[in-house]
Amino acid sequence: MRQFWGRTVGRTVVEKILSEHSGREVCAGEFTVAAVDLILAQDGTAPLAIDVFNQLGVGKLAIPGKSAFFIDHASPPPRRELANDHAKIRKFVSEHSAVIFDIGDGVCHQVMTEKCTSPGDILIGADSHTVTGGAVGAFAVGMGSTDVAVGLAYGKNWFRVPETFKILLKGMFSKAVFPKDLILHLIGLIKADGANYKCLEFTGESLRHMSIPDRMTVANMSVEAGAKCGIFPSDERTKMFLTELGREDKFRRIEADKDAEYEETIEIDLSTLRPMVSLPHRVDRVLPVDAPELKEIEINQIFIGSCTNGRIEDLRIASSIIKGKRKHENVRLIVIPASRLTFKQAMDEGILEIFNEFGASINNPGCGPCCGVHQGIPSDGENVLSTSNRNFKGRMGNPEAFVYLSSPATAAASAITGRITDPREGM
Amino acid sequence: MKPTGRVWKFGDSISTDLICPGRYYHLRSNLNELAKHVLEDARSEFAGCVKKGDFIVAGANFGLGSSREHAAIIIKMAGISVVLAKSCARIFYRNAYNIGLPVILCDTVKINDRDELRIEMESGEIKNCTTGETLHFSPIPQIMADILKEGGLVSYLKKYGDIKI
Ligand code: SF4
Repeated sequence: MRQFWGRTVGRTVVEKILSEHSGREVCAGEFTVAAVDLILAQDGTAPLAIDVFNQLGVGKLAIPGKSAFFIDHASPPPRRELANDHAKIRKFVSEHSAVIFDIGDGVCHQVMTEKCTSPGDILIGADSHTVTGGAVGAFAVGMGSTDVAVGLAYGKNWFRVPETFKILLKGMFSKAVFPKDLILHLIGLIKADGANYKCLEFTGESLRHMSIPDRMTVANMSVEAGAKCGIFPSDERTKMFLTELGREDKFRRIEADKDAEYEETIEIDLSTLRPMVSLPHRVDRVLPVDAPELKEIEINQIFIGSCTNGRIEDLRIASSIIKGKRKHENVRLIVIPASRLTFKQAMDEGILEIFNEFGASINNPGCGPCCGVHQGIPSDGENVLSTSNRNFKGRMGNPEAFVYLSSPATAAASAITGRITDPREGM
Repeated sequence: MKPTGRVWKFGDSISTDLICPGRYYHLRSNLNELAKHVLEDARSEFAGCVKKGDFIVAGANFGLGSSREHAAIIIKMAGISVVLAKSCARIFYRNAYNIGLPVILCDTVKINDRDELRIEMESGEIKNCTTGETLHFSPIPQIMADILKEGGLVSYLKKYGDIKI
Protein backbone atom coordinates (compact mmCIF):
# COMPACT_ATOMS: atom_id res chain seq x y z
CA MET A 1 0.00 0.00 0.00
CA ARG A 2 1.12 3.53 -0.61
CA GLN A 3 -0.20 6.94 0.25
CA PHE A 4 -1.20 9.09 -2.66
CA TRP A 5 -2.79 12.52 -2.25
CA GLY A 6 -3.87 11.56 1.22
CA ARG A 7 -5.50 8.25 0.30
CA THR A 8 -4.24 4.72 0.17
CA VAL A 9 -3.80 3.21 -3.26
CA GLY A 10 -2.93 -0.37 -4.12
CA ARG A 11 -0.03 -1.31 -6.36
CA THR A 12 0.28 -3.25 -9.57
CA VAL A 13 2.75 -6.14 -9.81
CA VAL A 14 5.31 -4.04 -11.63
CA GLU A 15 5.00 -1.19 -9.10
CA LYS A 16 5.65 -3.68 -6.30
CA ILE A 17 8.75 -5.15 -7.93
CA LEU A 18 10.23 -1.80 -8.91
CA SER A 19 9.56 -0.40 -5.42
CA GLU A 20 11.36 -3.33 -3.78
CA HIS A 21 14.38 -2.84 -6.00
CA SER A 22 14.46 0.95 -5.66
CA GLY A 23 14.50 1.06 -1.88
CA ARG A 24 11.47 3.38 -1.94
CA GLU A 25 7.88 3.39 -3.02
CA VAL A 26 7.46 4.20 -6.68
CA CYS A 27 4.38 4.38 -8.82
CA ALA A 28 3.52 4.54 -12.52
CA GLY A 29 5.07 7.49 -14.33
CA GLU A 30 7.97 7.94 -11.89
CA PHE A 31 11.61 7.56 -12.78
CA THR A 32 13.79 5.42 -10.57
CA VAL A 33 17.13 3.67 -10.31
CA ALA A 34 16.67 0.01 -9.43
CA ALA A 35 18.99 -2.90 -8.72
CA VAL A 36 18.80 -5.78 -11.18
CA ASP A 37 18.89 -9.45 -10.21
CA LEU A 38 19.66 -11.02 -13.57
CA ILE A 39 21.18 -9.91 -16.85
CA LEU A 40 21.21 -11.66 -20.22
CA ALA A 41 22.80 -11.00 -23.58
CA GLN A 42 22.87 -13.15 -26.69
CA ASP A 43 25.37 -13.62 -29.50
CA GLY A 44 23.83 -10.85 -31.62
CA THR A 45 23.92 -8.22 -28.85
CA ALA A 46 26.64 -9.40 -26.45
CA PRO A 47 29.68 -8.40 -28.56
CA LEU A 48 28.51 -4.75 -28.53
CA ALA A 49 27.59 -4.97 -24.84
CA ILE A 50 31.12 -6.22 -24.13
CA ASP A 51 32.64 -3.28 -26.05
CA VAL A 52 30.50 -0.80 -24.13
CA PHE A 53 31.28 -2.52 -20.82
CA ASN A 54 34.98 -2.13 -21.60
CA GLN A 55 34.50 1.54 -22.48
CA LEU A 56 32.85 2.15 -19.11
CA GLY A 57 36.15 1.14 -17.53
CA VAL A 58 34.62 -0.42 -14.44
CA GLY A 59 36.74 -3.53 -14.81
CA LYS A 60 34.57 -6.17 -13.24
CA LEU A 61 31.03 -7.38 -13.44
CA ALA A 62 28.68 -6.27 -10.66
CA ILE A 63 26.89 -9.64 -10.49
CA PRO A 64 29.02 -12.13 -12.44
CA GLY A 65 27.12 -15.24 -11.33
CA LYS A 66 23.88 -13.61 -12.49
CA SER A 67 25.20 -12.32 -15.82
CA ALA A 68 24.29 -14.88 -18.46
CA PHE A 69 25.58 -15.00 -22.03
CA PHE A 70 23.84 -17.10 -24.67
CA ILE A 71 25.09 -18.41 -27.97
CA ASP A 72 21.72 -19.20 -29.48
CA HIS A 73 20.98 -16.94 -32.45
CA ALA A 74 23.67 -18.11 -34.89
CA SER A 75 24.32 -21.39 -33.26
CA PRO A 76 26.42 -23.24 -34.37
CA PRO A 77 27.88 -20.33 -36.34
CA PRO A 78 27.31 -20.42 -40.11
CA ARG A 79 30.10 -17.90 -40.83
CA ARG A 80 33.59 -16.98 -39.78
CA GLU A 81 32.57 -13.50 -38.53
CA LEU A 82 29.99 -15.06 -36.23
CA ALA A 83 32.41 -17.72 -34.99
CA ASN A 84 34.74 -14.88 -34.03
CA ASP A 85 31.92 -13.09 -32.18
CA HIS A 86 31.31 -16.29 -30.27
CA ALA A 87 34.98 -16.61 -29.39
CA LYS A 88 34.90 -13.03 -28.06
CA ILE A 89 31.93 -13.87 -25.83
CA ARG A 90 33.57 -17.04 -24.48
CA LYS A 91 36.76 -15.17 -23.68
CA PHE A 92 34.88 -12.41 -21.86
CA VAL A 93 32.82 -14.89 -19.89
CA SER A 94 35.87 -16.82 -18.77
CA GLU A 95 37.82 -13.68 -17.82
CA HIS A 96 34.90 -12.30 -15.80
CA SER A 97 33.52 -15.53 -14.30
CA ALA A 98 30.15 -14.92 -15.92
CA VAL A 99 27.72 -17.65 -16.96
CA ILE A 100 27.56 -19.03 -20.48
CA PHE A 101 25.06 -21.18 -22.33
CA ASP A 102 26.75 -22.34 -25.49
CA ILE A 103 25.61 -23.99 -28.73
CA GLY A 104 22.92 -26.60 -28.18
CA ASP A 105 21.88 -25.28 -24.76
CA GLY A 106 18.88 -23.49 -26.23
CA VAL A 107 17.14 -20.15 -26.72
CA CYS A 108 18.02 -17.63 -24.00
CA HIS A 109 14.45 -16.97 -22.83
CA GLN A 110 13.59 -20.63 -22.46
CA VAL A 111 16.79 -21.50 -20.59
CA MET A 112 16.59 -18.38 -18.44
CA THR A 113 13.05 -19.19 -17.33
CA GLU A 114 13.88 -22.86 -16.67
CA LYS A 115 17.03 -22.20 -14.70
CA CYS A 116 17.30 -18.63 -13.44
CA THR A 117 14.31 -16.28 -13.45
CA SER A 118 12.27 -16.22 -10.26
CA PRO A 119 9.15 -14.38 -9.08
CA GLY A 120 9.87 -10.79 -8.06
CA ASP A 121 13.17 -10.59 -9.94
CA ILE A 122 14.23 -7.77 -12.20
CA LEU A 123 15.76 -9.24 -15.34
CA ILE A 124 17.22 -6.99 -18.01
CA GLY A 125 18.19 -8.56 -21.31
CA ALA A 126 19.76 -7.42 -24.55
CA ASP A 127 16.96 -9.07 -26.47
CA SER A 128 13.44 -7.77 -26.95
CA HIS A 129 11.82 -11.06 -25.94
CA THR A 130 13.34 -10.90 -22.48
CA VAL A 131 9.73 -10.11 -21.52
CA THR A 132 9.14 -13.89 -21.53
CA GLY A 133 10.32 -13.88 -17.90
CA GLY A 134 7.08 -12.13 -16.92
CA ALA A 135 5.50 -15.59 -17.03
CA VAL A 136 6.93 -16.38 -13.59
CA GLY A 137 6.09 -13.00 -12.07
CA ALA A 138 9.40 -11.28 -12.79
CA PHE A 139 9.81 -7.76 -14.17
CA ALA A 140 11.69 -8.81 -17.28
CA VAL A 141 12.52 -6.15 -19.80
CA GLY A 142 14.34 -5.94 -23.13
CA MET A 143 17.00 -3.28 -23.64
CA GLY A 144 19.85 -2.48 -25.98
CA SER A 145 23.49 -3.43 -25.55
CA THR A 146 24.48 -0.15 -23.86
CA ASP A 147 21.79 -0.40 -21.19
CA VAL A 148 22.73 -4.01 -20.56
CA ALA A 149 26.41 -3.06 -20.33
CA VAL A 150 25.44 -0.54 -17.64
CA GLY A 151 23.67 -3.36 -15.80
CA LEU A 152 26.74 -5.56 -16.15
CA ALA A 153 28.99 -2.82 -14.78
CA TYR A 154 26.82 -1.33 -12.04
CA GLY A 155 24.21 -4.00 -11.20
CA LYS A 156 21.48 -1.41 -11.71
CA ASN A 157 19.90 0.88 -14.27
CA TRP A 158 17.24 3.56 -14.53
CA PHE A 159 13.62 2.80 -15.27
CA ARG A 160 10.42 4.67 -15.79
CA VAL A 161 7.69 2.82 -13.93
CA PRO A 162 5.19 1.86 -16.63
CA GLU A 163 1.45 2.32 -16.47
CA THR A 164 -0.36 -1.00 -16.58
CA PHE A 165 -3.10 -2.44 -18.74
CA LYS A 166 -5.03 -5.16 -16.94
CA ILE A 167 -5.82 -8.06 -19.24
CA LEU A 168 -8.61 -9.91 -17.52
CA LEU A 169 -8.95 -13.48 -18.73
CA LYS A 170 -12.05 -15.56 -18.15
CA GLY A 171 -13.31 -18.91 -19.39
CA MET A 172 -11.30 -21.75 -20.87
CA PHE A 173 -9.76 -22.36 -24.29
CA SER A 174 -11.87 -24.49 -26.59
CA LYS A 175 -10.42 -27.44 -28.46
CA ALA A 176 -7.42 -26.62 -30.70
CA VAL A 177 -7.20 -23.05 -29.38
CA PHE A 178 -4.06 -22.14 -27.51
CA PRO A 179 -2.27 -19.30 -25.70
CA LYS A 180 -0.65 -18.34 -29.02
CA ASP A 181 -4.13 -17.67 -30.40
CA LEU A 182 -4.92 -15.56 -27.34
CA ILE A 183 -1.89 -13.33 -27.76
CA LEU A 184 -2.37 -13.03 -31.54
CA HIS A 185 -5.98 -12.05 -30.87
CA LEU A 186 -4.90 -9.45 -28.29
CA ILE A 187 -2.26 -7.95 -30.61
CA GLY A 188 -4.82 -7.78 -33.42
CA LEU A 189 -7.14 -5.98 -31.01
CA ILE A 190 -4.76 -3.35 -29.61
CA LYS A 191 -2.29 -3.32 -32.54
CA ALA A 192 1.50 -3.37 -32.67
CA ASP A 193 1.82 -0.06 -30.84
CA GLY A 194 -1.31 -0.35 -28.71
CA ALA A 195 0.63 -1.02 -25.53
CA ASN A 196 3.73 1.03 -26.38
CA TYR A 197 5.60 1.61 -23.18
CA LYS A 198 2.90 0.00 -21.01
CA CYS A 199 2.98 -3.08 -18.82
CA LEU A 200 0.46 -5.79 -19.71
CA GLU A 201 -0.63 -7.54 -16.52
CA PHE A 202 -2.54 -10.76 -17.15
CA THR A 203 -4.99 -11.82 -14.51
CA GLY A 204 -8.37 -13.44 -13.95
CA GLU A 205 -9.94 -16.82 -13.28
CA SER A 206 -8.44 -18.44 -16.39
CA LEU A 207 -4.96 -18.32 -14.89
CA ARG A 208 -5.84 -21.40 -12.86
CA HIS A 209 -5.80 -23.34 -16.13
CA MET A 210 -2.72 -21.70 -17.59
CA SER A 211 0.63 -23.38 -16.98
CA ILE A 212 3.89 -21.43 -16.95
CA PRO A 213 4.76 -22.61 -20.49
CA ASP A 214 1.33 -21.28 -21.59
CA ARG A 215 2.07 -17.97 -19.89
CA MET A 216 5.52 -17.80 -21.49
CA THR A 217 4.00 -17.76 -24.98
CA VAL A 218 1.74 -14.87 -23.98
CA ALA A 219 4.38 -12.87 -22.08
CA ASN A 220 6.86 -13.46 -24.91
CA MET A 221 4.69 -11.71 -27.48
CA SER A 222 3.59 -8.82 -25.26
CA VAL A 223 6.44 -6.85 -26.87
CA GLU A 224 4.69 -7.35 -30.22
CA ALA A 225 2.02 -4.98 -28.89
CA GLY A 226 4.78 -2.56 -27.91
CA ALA A 227 4.66 -3.44 -24.20
CA LYS A 228 7.61 -2.89 -21.91
CA CYS A 229 6.71 -6.07 -20.08
CA GLY A 230 4.01 -8.72 -19.98
CA ILE A 231 3.60 -9.97 -16.47
CA PHE A 232 1.64 -12.69 -14.69
CA PRO A 233 1.10 -12.91 -10.93
CA SER A 234 3.08 -15.63 -9.20
CA ASP A 235 0.63 -18.26 -7.93
CA GLU A 236 0.14 -21.99 -7.38
CA ARG A 237 0.99 -22.75 -11.03
CA THR A 238 4.25 -20.83 -10.62
CA LYS A 239 5.02 -22.91 -7.54
CA MET A 240 4.34 -26.13 -9.46
CA PHE A 241 6.62 -25.05 -12.29
CA LEU A 242 9.51 -24.12 -10.01
CA THR A 243 9.06 -27.31 -7.98
CA GLU A 244 9.26 -29.48 -11.11
CA LEU A 245 12.55 -27.81 -11.96
CA GLY A 246 13.95 -28.21 -8.44
CA ARG A 247 13.70 -24.47 -7.71
CA GLU A 248 10.80 -24.48 -5.22
CA ASP A 249 12.90 -22.40 -2.78
CA LYS A 250 12.65 -19.53 -5.25
CA PHE A 251 8.87 -19.39 -5.05
CA ARG A 252 7.15 -16.39 -3.58
CA ARG A 253 3.64 -15.18 -4.17
CA ILE A 254 3.26 -11.85 -5.94
CA GLU A 255 0.04 -10.33 -7.11
CA ALA A 256 -1.41 -6.88 -7.55
CA ASP A 257 -3.32 -5.28 -4.70
CA LYS A 258 -7.08 -5.44 -5.17
CA ASP A 259 -7.30 -1.68 -5.50
CA ALA A 260 -4.30 -1.27 -7.80
CA GLU A 261 -4.80 1.37 -10.47
CA TYR A 262 -4.83 0.42 -14.14
CA GLU A 263 -4.78 2.65 -17.14
CA GLU A 264 -7.13 0.34 -18.98
CA THR A 265 -8.84 -3.02 -18.52
CA ILE A 266 -9.36 -5.42 -21.41
CA GLU A 267 -11.51 -8.46 -20.80
CA ILE A 268 -11.13 -11.57 -22.93
CA ASP A 269 -13.28 -14.68 -22.74
CA LEU A 270 -11.00 -17.52 -23.82
CA SER A 271 -13.92 -19.72 -24.80
CA THR A 272 -14.82 -17.33 -27.63
CA LEU A 273 -11.35 -17.41 -29.24
CA ARG A 274 -10.55 -19.20 -32.48
CA PRO A 275 -7.20 -20.34 -33.90
CA MET A 276 -5.54 -17.21 -35.27
CA VAL A 277 -3.02 -16.48 -38.00
CA SER A 278 -0.89 -13.36 -38.37
CA LEU A 279 -0.30 -12.25 -41.96
CA PRO A 280 2.86 -10.84 -43.53
CA HIS A 281 4.48 -8.39 -42.82
CA ARG A 282 2.73 -7.22 -39.66
CA VAL A 283 2.17 -9.18 -36.48
CA ASP A 284 -1.06 -7.24 -35.83
CA ARG A 285 -2.62 -8.24 -39.17
CA VAL A 286 -4.48 -11.21 -37.74
CA LEU A 287 -7.33 -13.32 -39.06
CA PRO A 288 -9.05 -16.43 -37.78
CA VAL A 289 -7.58 -19.51 -39.43
CA ASP A 290 -10.82 -20.24 -41.29
CA ALA A 291 -11.00 -16.80 -42.92
CA PRO A 292 -11.64 -17.14 -46.68
CA GLU A 293 -8.51 -15.05 -47.42
CA LEU A 294 -6.35 -17.83 -46.02
CA LYS A 295 -7.98 -20.75 -47.81
CA GLU A 296 -5.72 -20.86 -50.84
CA ILE A 297 -2.41 -19.91 -49.22
CA GLU A 298 0.12 -22.59 -50.06
CA ILE A 299 2.95 -22.98 -47.61
CA ASN A 300 6.50 -23.91 -48.59
CA GLN A 301 8.21 -24.03 -45.22
CA ILE A 302 6.96 -24.55 -41.69
CA PHE A 303 8.98 -23.79 -38.58
CA ILE A 304 7.94 -25.22 -35.23
CA GLY A 305 10.18 -23.79 -32.54
CA SER A 306 11.49 -20.46 -31.08
CA CYS A 307 11.15 -18.83 -27.67
CA THR A 308 7.43 -18.41 -28.36
CA ASN A 309 6.49 -22.00 -29.16
CA GLY A 310 9.41 -24.40 -29.03
CA ARG A 311 8.59 -25.97 -25.68
CA ILE A 312 7.81 -29.60 -24.94
CA GLU A 313 4.09 -28.79 -24.61
CA ASP A 314 4.17 -27.35 -28.14
CA LEU A 315 6.04 -30.31 -29.57
CA ARG A 316 3.61 -32.71 -27.88
CA ILE A 317 0.61 -31.00 -29.48
CA ALA A 318 2.20 -30.77 -32.91
CA SER A 319 3.41 -34.38 -32.87
CA SER A 320 0.00 -35.65 -31.78
CA ILE A 321 -1.50 -34.01 -34.88
CA ILE A 322 1.00 -35.35 -37.40
CA LYS A 323 1.40 -38.82 -35.91
CA GLY A 324 0.66 -41.49 -38.49
CA LYS A 325 0.06 -38.85 -41.19
CA ARG A 326 2.11 -37.92 -44.23
CA LYS A 327 3.80 -34.59 -44.72
CA HIS A 328 2.69 -32.71 -47.81
CA GLU A 329 5.36 -33.14 -50.47
CA ASN A 330 5.71 -29.40 -51.13
CA VAL A 331 6.35 -28.48 -47.50
CA ARG A 332 9.66 -28.43 -45.68
CA LEU A 333 9.18 -28.81 -41.92
CA ILE A 334 11.84 -27.59 -39.52
CA VAL A 335 11.48 -28.53 -35.86
CA ILE A 336 13.69 -27.02 -33.16
CA PRO A 337 13.26 -27.78 -29.45
CA ALA A 338 13.80 -24.55 -27.48
CA SER A 339 16.26 -25.97 -24.98
CA ARG A 340 18.45 -28.95 -24.16
CA LEU A 341 15.86 -30.02 -21.59
CA THR A 342 13.09 -29.79 -24.19
CA PHE A 343 15.24 -31.77 -26.61
CA LYS A 344 15.77 -34.54 -24.04
CA GLN A 345 12.09 -34.67 -23.13
CA ALA A 346 11.12 -34.84 -26.81
CA MET A 347 13.64 -37.63 -27.34
CA ASP A 348 12.52 -39.60 -24.28
CA GLU A 349 8.84 -39.26 -25.19
CA GLY A 350 9.39 -40.48 -28.75
CA ILE A 351 8.35 -37.12 -30.17
CA LEU A 352 11.51 -36.62 -32.20
CA GLU A 353 10.92 -40.01 -33.76
CA ILE A 354 7.43 -38.98 -34.84
CA PHE A 355 8.77 -35.81 -36.44
CA ASN A 356 11.58 -37.73 -38.08
CA GLU A 357 9.20 -40.34 -39.55
CA PHE A 358 6.99 -37.52 -40.77
CA GLY A 359 9.91 -36.07 -42.73
CA ALA A 360 10.85 -33.10 -40.57
CA SER A 361 14.33 -31.66 -40.29
CA ILE A 362 15.19 -31.55 -36.57
CA ASN A 363 17.83 -29.01 -35.61
CA ASN A 364 19.77 -28.35 -32.44
CA PRO A 365 18.19 -26.19 -29.70
CA GLY A 366 18.53 -22.48 -30.53
CA CYS A 367 16.74 -19.77 -32.47
CA GLY A 368 16.96 -21.56 -35.82
CA PRO A 369 15.53 -19.64 -38.79
CA CYS A 370 13.51 -17.20 -36.61
CA CYS A 371 15.68 -14.13 -37.20
CA GLY A 372 17.09 -14.88 -40.62
CA VAL A 373 20.66 -15.89 -39.87
CA HIS A 374 20.69 -19.59 -40.73
CA GLN A 375 18.90 -22.95 -40.66
CA GLY A 376 16.10 -22.23 -43.09
CA ILE A 377 16.08 -18.94 -44.99
CA PRO A 378 13.15 -19.05 -47.42
CA SER A 379 13.65 -18.40 -51.13
CA ASP A 380 12.12 -15.47 -53.06
CA GLY A 381 8.35 -15.53 -53.18
CA GLU A 382 7.96 -18.39 -50.71
CA ASN A 383 5.39 -18.57 -47.93
CA VAL A 384 6.50 -19.64 -44.47
CA LEU A 385 4.26 -20.59 -41.57
CA SER A 386 6.09 -20.15 -38.29
CA THR A 387 5.31 -20.60 -34.61
CA SER A 388 7.71 -17.77 -33.78
CA ASN A 389 6.73 -14.20 -32.96
CA ARG A 390 7.65 -11.89 -35.84
CA ASN A 391 6.84 -11.72 -39.53
CA PHE A 392 8.34 -8.36 -40.50
CA LYS A 393 9.60 -7.99 -44.02
CA GLY A 394 13.05 -9.57 -44.14
CA ARG A 395 12.74 -11.10 -40.69
CA MET A 396 13.64 -14.58 -41.86
CA GLY A 397 16.55 -13.38 -43.96
CA ASN A 398 14.72 -12.73 -47.24
CA PRO A 399 12.66 -9.57 -47.83
CA GLU A 400 11.01 -11.30 -50.82
CA ALA A 401 9.50 -14.05 -48.63
CA PHE A 402 6.20 -14.00 -46.72
CA VAL A 403 5.93 -15.14 -43.11
CA TYR A 404 2.68 -16.16 -41.42
CA LEU A 405 2.49 -16.86 -37.68
CA SER A 406 0.34 -19.40 -35.88
CA SER A 407 0.16 -21.87 -33.01
CA PRO A 408 2.03 -25.17 -33.21
CA ALA A 409 -1.31 -26.96 -33.75
CA THR A 410 -2.13 -24.87 -36.81
CA ALA A 411 1.45 -25.30 -38.07
CA ALA A 412 1.25 -29.09 -37.68
CA ALA A 413 -2.15 -29.36 -39.37
CA SER A 414 -0.80 -27.25 -42.23
CA ALA A 415 2.26 -29.47 -42.67
CA ILE A 416 -0.09 -32.29 -43.65
CA THR A 417 -2.09 -30.32 -46.20
CA GLY A 418 0.50 -27.88 -47.54
CA ARG A 419 -1.79 -24.90 -46.95
CA ILE A 420 -2.94 -22.96 -43.90
CA THR A 421 -5.25 -25.38 -42.16
CA ASP A 422 -7.67 -25.17 -39.25
CA PRO A 423 -6.35 -27.51 -36.55
CA ARG A 424 -9.90 -28.08 -35.31
CA GLU A 425 -10.54 -30.21 -38.40
CA GLY A 426 -8.11 -32.94 -37.38
CA MET A 427 -8.20 -32.89 -33.58
CA MET B 1 21.68 22.59 -30.76
CA LYS B 2 20.05 23.61 -34.06
CA PRO B 3 20.37 20.83 -36.61
CA THR B 4 19.44 21.75 -40.18
CA GLY B 5 19.01 19.31 -43.03
CA ARG B 6 16.78 17.55 -45.51
CA VAL B 7 14.01 15.08 -44.82
CA TRP B 8 13.98 11.39 -45.71
CA LYS B 9 10.35 10.43 -45.30
CA PHE B 10 9.31 6.94 -44.22
CA GLY B 11 5.92 5.43 -43.48
CA ASP B 12 4.57 3.60 -40.43
CA SER B 13 6.06 0.51 -38.78
CA ILE B 14 9.68 0.77 -39.86
CA SER B 15 11.04 -2.26 -37.99
CA THR B 16 14.60 -2.84 -36.86
CA ASP B 17 14.62 -5.62 -39.47
CA LEU B 18 14.11 -2.95 -42.14
CA ILE B 19 16.71 -0.66 -40.58
CA CYS B 20 19.31 -3.35 -39.93
CA PRO B 21 18.41 -6.55 -41.81
CA GLY B 22 19.00 -9.93 -40.19
CA ARG B 23 20.76 -11.20 -43.29
CA TYR B 24 23.69 -8.93 -42.37
CA TYR B 25 23.89 -10.38 -38.88
CA HIS B 26 27.52 -11.32 -39.48
CA LEU B 27 28.42 -7.65 -40.01
CA ARG B 28 27.43 -6.51 -36.54
CA SER B 29 31.04 -6.43 -35.40
CA ASN B 30 31.94 -4.52 -38.58
CA LEU B 31 29.75 -1.43 -38.26
CA ASN B 32 31.24 0.40 -41.26
CA GLU B 33 30.12 -2.43 -43.54
CA LEU B 34 26.78 -2.84 -41.75
CA ALA B 35 26.05 0.88 -42.16
CA LYS B 36 26.17 0.50 -45.95
CA HIS B 37 22.92 -1.49 -45.67
CA VAL B 38 20.98 0.83 -43.39
CA LEU B 39 17.28 0.92 -44.31
CA GLU B 40 18.07 -0.89 -47.54
CA ASP B 41 14.80 -2.84 -47.60
CA ALA B 42 12.72 0.29 -46.94
CA ARG B 43 14.45 2.73 -49.34
CA SER B 44 17.29 1.27 -51.31
CA GLU B 45 18.81 4.66 -52.25
CA PHE B 46 18.98 5.91 -48.66
CA ALA B 47 22.42 4.64 -47.60
CA GLY B 48 24.10 5.94 -50.75
CA CYS B 49 22.52 9.41 -50.87
CA VAL B 50 21.94 10.50 -47.26
CA LYS B 51 23.93 13.57 -46.21
CA LYS B 52 25.33 14.52 -42.85
CA GLY B 53 22.71 16.41 -40.87
CA ASP B 54 19.69 14.98 -42.71
CA PHE B 55 16.57 13.86 -40.86
CA ILE B 56 14.54 10.72 -40.88
CA VAL B 57 10.85 11.58 -40.61
CA ALA B 58 8.62 8.59 -40.04
CA GLY B 59 5.07 7.63 -39.20
CA ALA B 60 3.93 5.54 -36.25
CA ASN B 61 5.93 3.00 -34.25
CA PHE B 62 9.37 3.65 -35.70
CA GLY B 63 11.99 1.07 -34.71
CA LEU B 64 9.63 -1.67 -33.60
CA GLY B 65 10.96 -5.15 -33.06
CA SER B 66 14.33 -6.37 -32.00
CA SER B 67 16.56 -4.76 -29.37
CA ARG B 68 19.53 -4.51 -31.77
CA GLU B 69 21.18 -1.21 -30.88
CA HIS B 70 23.05 -1.52 -34.16
CA ALA B 71 19.89 -0.15 -35.81
CA ALA B 72 20.22 3.20 -34.01
CA ILE B 73 24.00 3.19 -34.43
CA ILE B 74 23.97 2.78 -38.21
CA ILE B 75 21.33 5.49 -38.60
CA LYS B 76 23.61 7.83 -36.69
CA MET B 77 26.65 6.65 -38.68
CA ALA B 78 24.80 7.43 -41.90
CA GLY B 79 24.78 11.08 -40.80
CA ILE B 80 21.21 11.44 -39.57
CA SER B 81 21.09 14.14 -36.89
CA VAL B 82 17.55 13.62 -35.58
CA VAL B 83 14.80 11.05 -36.07
CA LEU B 84 11.27 12.47 -36.02
CA ALA B 85 8.38 10.07 -35.73
CA LYS B 86 4.73 10.06 -34.84
CA SER B 87 5.54 7.39 -32.27
CA CYS B 88 8.53 5.21 -31.55
CA ALA B 89 9.03 1.72 -30.13
CA ARG B 90 10.35 1.74 -26.60
CA ILE B 91 13.68 -0.07 -26.96
CA PHE B 92 14.69 1.86 -30.09
CA TYR B 93 13.82 5.15 -28.37
CA ARG B 94 16.02 4.38 -25.40
CA ASN B 95 18.84 2.96 -27.55
CA ALA B 96 18.90 6.08 -29.71
CA TYR B 97 19.36 8.42 -26.73
CA ASN B 98 21.96 6.08 -25.24
CA ILE B 99 24.14 6.56 -28.31
CA GLY B 100 23.41 10.27 -28.64
CA LEU B 101 20.81 10.18 -31.43
CA PRO B 102 17.77 12.31 -30.57
CA VAL B 103 14.31 10.99 -31.42
CA ILE B 104 11.54 13.58 -31.45
CA LEU B 105 7.93 12.53 -31.19
CA CYS B 106 5.56 14.82 -33.06
CA ASP B 107 2.88 14.89 -35.72
CA THR B 108 4.90 14.18 -38.85
CA VAL B 109 2.01 14.12 -41.34
CA LYS B 110 2.69 17.59 -42.72
CA ILE B 111 6.40 17.03 -43.27
CA ASN B 112 7.23 15.87 -46.80
CA ASP B 113 10.11 14.04 -48.35
CA ARG B 114 13.01 16.39 -49.16
CA ASP B 115 11.64 19.28 -47.07
CA GLU B 116 14.30 21.28 -45.32
CA LEU B 117 13.91 21.56 -41.55
CA ARG B 118 15.56 23.43 -38.74
CA ILE B 119 15.10 21.96 -35.28
CA GLU B 120 15.53 23.88 -32.06
CA MET B 121 16.01 21.18 -29.45
CA GLU B 122 15.84 23.52 -26.43
CA SER B 123 12.66 25.36 -27.31
CA GLY B 124 11.01 22.33 -28.90
CA GLU B 125 10.44 23.91 -32.30
CA ILE B 126 10.63 22.43 -35.76
CA LYS B 127 10.79 25.01 -38.55
CA ASN B 128 9.90 23.66 -41.95
CA CYS B 129 11.91 25.97 -44.23
CA THR B 130 10.22 24.50 -47.32
CA THR B 131 6.58 24.98 -46.31
CA GLY B 132 7.10 27.77 -43.80
CA GLU B 133 5.23 25.89 -41.09
CA THR B 134 6.34 25.57 -37.48
CA LEU B 135 5.70 22.46 -35.40
CA HIS B 136 6.18 21.97 -31.68
CA PHE B 137 7.22 19.00 -29.63
CA SER B 138 7.12 18.33 -25.88
CA PRO B 139 10.30 18.22 -23.84
CA ILE B 140 11.92 14.85 -23.30
CA PRO B 141 12.36 13.36 -19.80
CA GLN B 142 15.19 14.99 -17.83
CA ILE B 143 17.36 11.87 -17.63
CA MET B 144 17.25 11.45 -21.40
CA ALA B 145 18.01 15.14 -21.99
CA ASP B 146 21.01 14.79 -19.67
CA ILE B 147 22.24 11.67 -21.50
CA LEU B 148 21.82 13.41 -24.86
CA LYS B 149 23.68 16.47 -23.63
CA GLU B 150 26.72 14.32 -22.93
CA GLY B 151 26.45 12.62 -26.33
CA GLY B 152 25.30 9.28 -24.94
CA LEU B 153 25.13 7.10 -21.85
CA VAL B 154 28.80 6.07 -21.79
CA SER B 155 30.03 9.69 -21.73
CA TYR B 156 27.31 10.56 -19.24
CA LEU B 157 28.48 7.84 -16.85
CA LYS B 158 32.11 8.76 -17.35
CA LYS B 159 31.27 12.31 -16.34
CA TYR B 160 28.92 11.66 -13.44
CA GLY B 161 30.08 8.21 -12.31
CA ASP B 162 26.48 7.24 -11.55
CA ILE B 163 22.93 7.57 -12.80
CA LYS B 164 21.31 10.71 -11.45
CA ILE B 165 17.53 10.67 -11.21
S1 SF4 C 1 13.77 -17.57 -31.08
FE1 SF4 C 1 13.55 -15.78 -32.39
S2 SF4 C 1 12.50 -14.27 -31.16
FE2 SF4 C 1 13.25 -15.85 -29.77
S3 SF4 C 1 15.22 -15.09 -29.03
FE3 SF4 C 1 15.61 -16.35 -30.82
S4 SF4 C 1 15.62 -14.95 -32.58
FE4 SF4 C 1 14.67 -13.88 -30.87
